[in-house]
Amino acid sequence: MNLRMGEFKVHRVRFFNYVPPGIRCVAYNNQSNRLAVSRTDGTVEIYNLSANYFQEKFFPGHESRATEALCWAEGQRLFSAGLNGEILEYDLQALNIKYAMDAFGGPIWSMIASPSGSQLLVGCEDGSVKLFQITPDKIQFERNFDRQKSRILSLSWHPSGTHIAAGSIDYISVFDVKSGSAIHKMIVDRQYMGVSKRKCIVWGVAFLSDGTVISVDSAGKVQFWDSATGTLVKSHLVANADVQSIAVADQEDSFVVGTAEGTVFHFQLVSVTSNSTEKQWVRTKPFQHHTHDVRTVAHSPTALISGGTDTHLVIRPLMEKVEVKNYDAALRKITFPHRRLISCSKKRQLLLFQFAHHLELWRLGSTVATGKNGDTLPLSKNADHLLHLKTKGPENIICSSISPCGSWIAYSTASRVFLYRLNYEHDNISLQRVSKMPAFLRSALQILFSEDSAKLFVASNQGSLHIIQLLEGSFKHLHTFQPQSGTVEAMCLLAVSPDGNWLAASGTSAGVHVYNVKHLKLHCTVPAYNFPVTALAIAPNTNNLVIAHSDQQVFEYSIPDKQYTEWSRNVQKQGFHHLWLQRDTPITHISFHPKRPMHILLHDAYMFCIIDKSLPLPNDKTVLYNPLPPTNESDVFRRRTAHAFKISKIYKPLLFMDLLDERTLVAVERPLDDIIAQLPPPIKKKKFGT
Amino acid sequence: MAALEEEFTLSAVTLGARPDGLLGVEQTDRTDHFLVTDRSRTVILYKVSDQKPLGSWSVKQGQIITCPAVCNFQTGEHIVVHDDKVLRIWNNEDVNLDKVFKATLSAEVHRVHSVQGAEPVVLFRGGAARGLEALLAEPQQKIETVLSDGEVIKWTKFFVVFRHPVIVFITEKDGNHFAYVQMLHSRNLSKYTLLLEQEEKSVTRSFTASVDRKFISLMTLSSDGCVYETLIPIYPSDTEKNQRLVRSPLLKAVVSGAAPNGVTLAALDPDHVAVLGAPLPSSKECLSIWNTKFQTLQTSKELPQGTSGQLWCYGEHLFLLHGKCLTVVPCRCGASSLAGALGKLRRAQDPGSQTMPHFVNWEVAQGCEPGAQKSEQLRRILRRKKSEVSLQPEVPASEQLLSTIKNGSEKHIEVELRKFLAKWTPDSHAVLGDVVAALLGRGEAEPSFYPRSCLMQLLQTHALSHSLCPGLMDTALAKADVQMLQLCLRHFPDVPESLTCACLKIFLSIGDDSLQGAHVSMESVCEHSSSEQDESTEEQPEILRNGFSPGDSNCGTCEQELREEPQGPAAEAASCPVTPKRAALLNGILGSAYSETFLLPHLKDIPAQHVTIMDWICLLLDANFTVVLMIPEAKRLLINLYKFVKSQISVYSELNKIEVSFRELQKLNQEKNNRGLYSIEVLELF
Repeated sequence: MNLRMGEFKVHRVRFFNYVPPGIRCVAYNNQSNRLAVSRTDGTVEIYNLSANYFQEKFFPGHESRATEALCWAEGQRLFSAGLNGEILEYDLQALNIKYAMDAFGGPIWSMIASPSGSQLLVGCEDGSVKLFQITPDKIQFERNFDRQKSRILSLSWHPSGTHIAAGSIDYISVFDVKSGSAIHKMIVDRQYMGVSKRKCIVWGVAFLSDGTVISVDSAGKVQFWDSATGTLVKSHLVANADVQSIAVADQEDSFVVGTAEGTVFHFQLVSVTSNSTEKQWVRTKPFQHHTHDVRTVAHSPTALISGGTDTHLVIRPLMEKVEVKNYDAALRKITFPHRRLISCSKKRQLLLFQFAHHLELWRLGSTVATGKNGDTLPLSKNADHLLHLKTKGPENIICSSISPCGSWIAYSTASRVFLYRLNYEHDNISLQRVSKMPAFLRSALQILFSEDSAKLFVASNQGSLHIIQLLEGSFKHLHTFQPQSGTVEAMCLLAVSPDGNWLAASGTSAGVHVYNVKHLKLHCTVPAYNFPVTALAIAPNTNNLVIAHSDQQVFEYSIPDKQYTEWSRNVQKQGFHHLWLQRDTPITHISFHPKRPMHILLHDAYMFCIIDKSLPLPNDKTVLYNPLPPTNESDVFRRRTAHAFKISKIYKPLLFMDLLDERTLVAVERPLDDIIAQLPPPIKKKKFGT
Repeated sequence: MAALEEEFTLSAVTLGARPDGLLGVEQTDRTDHFLVTDRSRTVILYKVSDQKPLGSWSVKQGQIITCPAVCNFQTGEHIVVHDDKVLRIWNNEDVNLDKVFKATLSAEVHRVHSVQGAEPVVLFRGGAARGLEALLAEPQQKIETVLSDGEVIKWTKFFVVFRHPVIVFITEKDGNHFAYVQMLHSRNLSKYTLLLEQEEKSVTRSFTASVDRKFISLMTLSSDGCVYETLIPIYPSDTEKNQRLVRSPLLKAVVSGAAPNGVTLAALDPDHVAVLGAPLPSSKECLSIWNTKFQTLQTSKELPQGTSGQLWCYGEHLFLLHGKCLTVVPCRCGASSLAGALGKLRRAQDPGSQTMPHFVNWEVAQGCEPGAQKSEQLRRILRRKKSEVSLQPEVPASEQLLSTIKNGSEKHIEVELRKFLAKWTPDSHAVLGDVVAALLGRGEAEPSFYPRSCLMQLLQTHALSHSLCPGLMDTALAKADVQMLQLCLRHFPDVPESLTCACLKIFLSIGDDSLQGAHVSMESVCEHSSSEQDESTEEQPEILRNGFSPGDSNCGTCEQELREEPQGPAAEAASCPVTPKRAALLNGILGSAYSETFLLPHLKDIPAQHVTIMDWICLLLDANFTVVLMIPEAKRLLINLYKFVKSQISVYSELNKIEVSFRELQKLNQEKNNRGLYSIEVLELF
């Protein structure tokens, strides 16, 4: 056996200038244990907290649609509202926007669903609070509450549904829901550290069942009000800057606030003395997981969730609520999307980077030098930025792809699919748009070219899969696989076999469907698994389908045999190494070595791994992550300790990794420091005392 | 806040009708029962709550009880000594003292002591002490003589300190006092010379003592009317014999030294003492409770029928002979708090409202670690209290003066006033008011008439108040007489807030040149620096003011650093925009009492150019803070706080240093890792 089989030249790319948009809202759904996250560019993401915090769905952003509020209602219906004055409902099956409805109150700053989930309340720029009835397929305006002087920035519904609290500028109103009239107006002190600010913005309110209203404001205060008398009960000064968000646990025994200094404070209702029944709110724990404004917080039964300008979604489990101290009890910091933003043309050594509103095409450089492990080789040619392709219209790009030959680029927004033909003449490159895309190609969730670049596979948001034949400068629609009857689940992941015969497609919950492209029919369906699929690929020659799931399991399924392979069964029998299962980012890409059929290459954000199926699997006693290269040990020793997982953690955060040829890899990294450098400077805060 | 409740007489039966009073009142094993021994032949057991006697025992005619009966807490029996040497022990059931247990001792007994938790102890006149059991085993044993010839036991007390019985007694010989501390278990006897009388004429008239862990705090009431404290170590610190103990003043002028009857002192708790005696030579006897921590009079009760000058204190009961009846005065001593002592003093004037606000007791008082400050306010309280006590309706005629005021020349008036004041007693309050009113009345009629020196003299009597002469301050305001206003602010307990603000306006607006001419009392400013000097000198010259304290500190260097700090601001004071005179005036404002509700509306009238008002409020806060800092208990807290903050600061500064070095390291590391945006590297996977 060749011990030097793992030697590669790696193109280490750090010029993917991607900055995730800041987080604006989070909304936790207790029923499904899902978390909806909206970002400043209007993107909405759905995380499945039961599936290892996998980002299983997303809705692309829109330039004019700055989401200011996000809420779940009627069980699992998701609504958002924003500064364009519209209320949107999202279709969580088809992954598109069901409808948008203007509330006619100017920009909407806040929205909340009633405790029963049947009504929606929005707070508008013009000071109005509007009540909407949620009907089975739409929402219907019902009435206005007494209009207030200034914009309504925050809303909270009393758990009994009889009253609401509305935070505005300089005051909080308490409304009677039945009459719609304000029964109390509680003036918030503008004083900020003894200095009177011009305005005190009530960023958040929370109405507790005992009638207490908790407010957080721009003067750094967390205040407790008695809504029956309209009086201030208690005030905590928690920050030198704005306190921007608040979320209360369902049990009302704990709540969390986020500040502009990046701190999250946990408040708990604790007994005054050890055995008294009298309880009071006490600020118990501060968490500093953010560098910038914590714009939003959520409180799940077991965790505090926060997000803000620094783009991280932080899930901080409450140790006292976590029953089993397993890996779920660890802090999660999610920064990068769980989907690919990069595609690669192996033949021409091109990388296509997807941004919200443009695509960038880069050609990799080259070297003639060789070296040993760890060497940086002198470049004979640097990487080139070939193309900057701006989208038309306000919509964000959903997905993009470059063909393996490098001659085609396709991308899709929420309303259109675009296809371009690239011509290379020496160093010049010309771009030609393929017009007249068929009407049914309205929006794609995933686009994939076949290995020979002759076919284009498009997963539409209706659940159907289109196959398009690409010709020189034009195309031909070959076939559409309609979704299985009764399902409308959109397909988010596609994989095609290198021989072009098989197409695998997966949604978020149902199993993976495998289609026979030659006969244009469904070949088989891989049995559904509890956890969503995070990456798919079909191996050359064997046509084994390799599937990675969010719980870090990897399956190998033989398409011709319609069954799991022997190796996959063995892996399941023995189980993965516990450290493998404890990784906290999903595998986002799988590829294969053209010359080594036993190798599977895969990566997540923090490691890159080659699984050598010919070697024994590691058990929990073996060292999973290989230490430094053995230099003095004998081959015998190496062979004895060698196991199937060859892991490298050199490249991180790793957004993309693929084999260009049998000896060359490309790795796209996005260092966090580079992202932070592009954010506005955080509020300076001294770490230690004076 | 301590309070005396309504007294009650124990029994209609007049006890020991002899003027020299009772032999003693002693506790028994039941909290409510007390043994009262008169000076002739009788011992009576009283149940205080029922105000009735439970039993009475007498010795035979011809015998005489020489030492008060006590209860043996271990057996419940009573012990008495008659005819100096005969010890009797009996039970409640016994009827005839003649038939009970009897032991004749070989030496004369001074006193039998018994306290809860210890065997009774017999102290002989010769200074030897024996446990009762040991004595009864061999009654005729030889008793040694400890005291020298002519040395007489004046006072004695028995303590149990950490389960060790300790007897302390004070003797006198040729005007010198000695303290003996005897540990009964170890038979260890220490002798100390008490340097009590430093001034020639003063004679120590009463003793009392309380015990702390290591010291017996002996308080003495001297004939000069002051209470002094002497700390006697329980455990002798070195072997040197005949150590000298110096007294330190604790309270000034609590009773009149010239009072005819006896004066007595009793320690109630570590912070409070009860004093029996006449506060002024002419006044009736009073029972008063003083707070030694804040040097304030807490409460006082007049005893018009006179007392025997004896006072016993057990728990919450004070026993004394009022007239011919044995009287019990229940008393309560709350935890001492600064606010209780200084708080809303004006309210304490009306006797009905004894509402005691719930204040935090900072630290349970642990002995007396005296502070080193005095307070203008404290002195004022004392003065006022004194004058209150002395308030009496009898007023000598003063028509002469009043008529002079009506039409006499200013000089004439002054002469008459001087005469009048020479004969004046603090009792004749109201007359002074009349005099001032007459002076002001004439001033109103004749605008040129402003008998400034007369008014000043009257003010100096410290007997005036705003309500007594309402026009005085208005006149002084009209004349912009800052000196007068300063005196008024200082001496009047009841300046209305509107006038305080008016004074403030004047003090702020008056030109520096006109201030220069005014005779402003700089006491408050000068005192500040002088008290500082006092602190820094090692040997403490005696400052006989209420509110002093000889600062004995064992706090080491930290203490010194603390002391040094105030010198900073003092040095800076030179560049202060407020001249010392103006500062003294403003200090007068700060020192005056006010109520926020009434003050605020007037503060709004202060013109814009004197927005100094903000600073004023800050100063006010500072002043209050200073008062808090002044109390002795705060010292330890402050030292701890200081140490803590200091260590925190050093930790933080170290952390900051570490942070900076780490940041540099991180930068270096980043530079090393910064491979640019693109590179081709070799990777080998194993």
